[in-house]
Amino acid sequence: MSAPRFDAIVVGAGPAGSVAAYTMASQGMRVALIERGEFPGAKNVFGGVLYRKPLEDILPEFWKEAPLERKVVEQRLWVLGKDSVVSLGYRSARFKEPPNAWTGQRAKFDAWLAGKAERAGAIPIYETVATSLIRDGDKVVGVQTDREEGDLYASVVIIADGVNSLLAKSLGVHREWKPDQVSLAVKEVLALPKDVIQERFGVEEGEGVTIELIGETCGMAGLGFLYTNQDTLSIGVGVMVSDLQKKKVKPYQVLDSIKQHPEIQRLIAGGETKEYAAHLIPEGGFDAMPPLSGDGWMICGDAAQMVNAAHREGTDLAMLSGRLAGETAVACHATGDWSAGGLGAYTQAVKESIIHRDLKKYRGLHSLLSGPQAELLFGALPQALNDAAYEMLSVDGESKRDKQKRAAALLREAAGGTAGLIGIGWRGWRAMNG
Amino acid sequence: MSIENRLYAVRYRVDDKSHLTIRDQAVCQTCPTRACEWFCPADVYAWDEGEGRILVAYENCLECGTCRIACAEHNIEWTYPTGGYGIAYKFG
Repeated sequence: MSAPRFDAIVVGAGPAGSVAAYTMASQGMRVALIERGEFPGAKNVFGGVLYRKPLEDILPEFWKEAPLERKVVEQRLWVLGKDSVVSLGYRSARFKEPPNAWTGQRAKFDAWLAGKAERAGAIPIYETVATSLIRDGDKVVGVQTDREEGDLYASVVIIADGVNSLLAKSLGVHREWKPDQVSLAVKEVLALPKDVIQERFGVEEGEGVTIELIGETCGMAGLGFLYTNQDTLSIGVGVMVSDLQKKKVKPYQVLDSIKQHPEIQRLIAGGETKEYAAHLIPEGGFDAMPPLSGDGWMICGDAAQMVNAAHREGTDLAMLSGRLAGETAVACHATGDWSAGGLGAYTQAVKESIIHRDLKKYRGLHSLLSGPQAELLFGALPQALNDAAYEMLSVDGESKRDKQKRAAALLREAAGGTAGLIGIGWRGWRAMNG
Repeated sequence: MSIENRLYAVRYRVDDKSHLTIRDQAVCQTCPTRACEWFCPADVYAWDEGEGRILVAYENCLECGTCRIACAEHNIEWTYPTGGYGIAYKFG
């Protein structure tokens, strides 16, 4: 019996892969969707926030049927001190209709999204590892799997197997990520009754809040988060792997340090841990992106470092890249040109999309966060900001002018003098506007 | 919260063979940091002083991939568990 042949093989039924499979299958292509998990989503973790726009472009009004948690009506940024917090937030009725974003859970959402690809005609091949690429000279012509007689052939292989992407490595287009190009996120899902969540976060039924956390990460470059789901909270923290190598602090101890903060404790009290999870986030940014297409292959999503760490965007960029790869494949299917030149249209489309534009804007962020100033940015400065706020807001008979001086001195000292403070401000600005 | 209690909340379908392999235990014996005892979020790696080797509790692995990248000696062979095995998140 000859090995099965498809127009396209998609490896990985996450947001990038499922959208690519859906895009191609709904145009009549023969598509195989391979997933190593027990079901799509079984291996996947995110914070997580899902934005409306990228998926709406593919599946209009998807939110009426997709498994989502709460629509995000308020976003907060908390700068944590030891036992205090400087808080900044934005809440708007404009986030309600149509919603800008929802909180979600990947095990449920990804299974649903893969189901859309299946219903469009993609053939699910789950509980199966794509172990290597099959090549004919320089051309990728299929994948080997860990099933018996598991070789599959296709005109194109879309590599959407996530941050660890052993396939992209086997392709040789990128070597291993460096420890400062990935962050390890650890996360817990805590169960609490709906009404308790709504009361503590000041929201109505179906509405939610996201809180991003800076500080109290044991001096490591990283961010924490606390998001509201229907009857659970998602709390976690991501820290740069290069910092984890050095600090001799366990990842879950960083999470404990955040969970034990008095202002966080107040919000999560009584929550029962329903799940503990860990996942890498590709945070190398623009300069860590590998080549995206070649003879018979394309790479999407986390496997190609498509994460905007500054805006916690990854799932949406993955879905967009999946759509662009799917559309490219549909065009190549029509012409029969699956060469590096034909599939190069995908690389070009990514370059013209917000994936490239946004990652390019934040290009400098990676070197700032992996550099010597990380300890200052994520340790000393958040605490100094809290101390400065305490100075400014406490009334104790001292003149406001003196208080202001003292507050400014606290920030200056933390940054190692005026030049240090200006320097870090300048570098921060440059990093976010490259 | 202890790591044992955390891992108790995780759903696994345990493969009967390890997907994690120490390439050369001799490298671990002279490793100056043994950072794997720290950076793994599931405490998969533990140095056994008596046996003079790193023990690998692959059953607890969350498949994050940190060890593959963070082992400074590149001494950990990291692959996926057999299809359908390993971690199966309920929430993710």
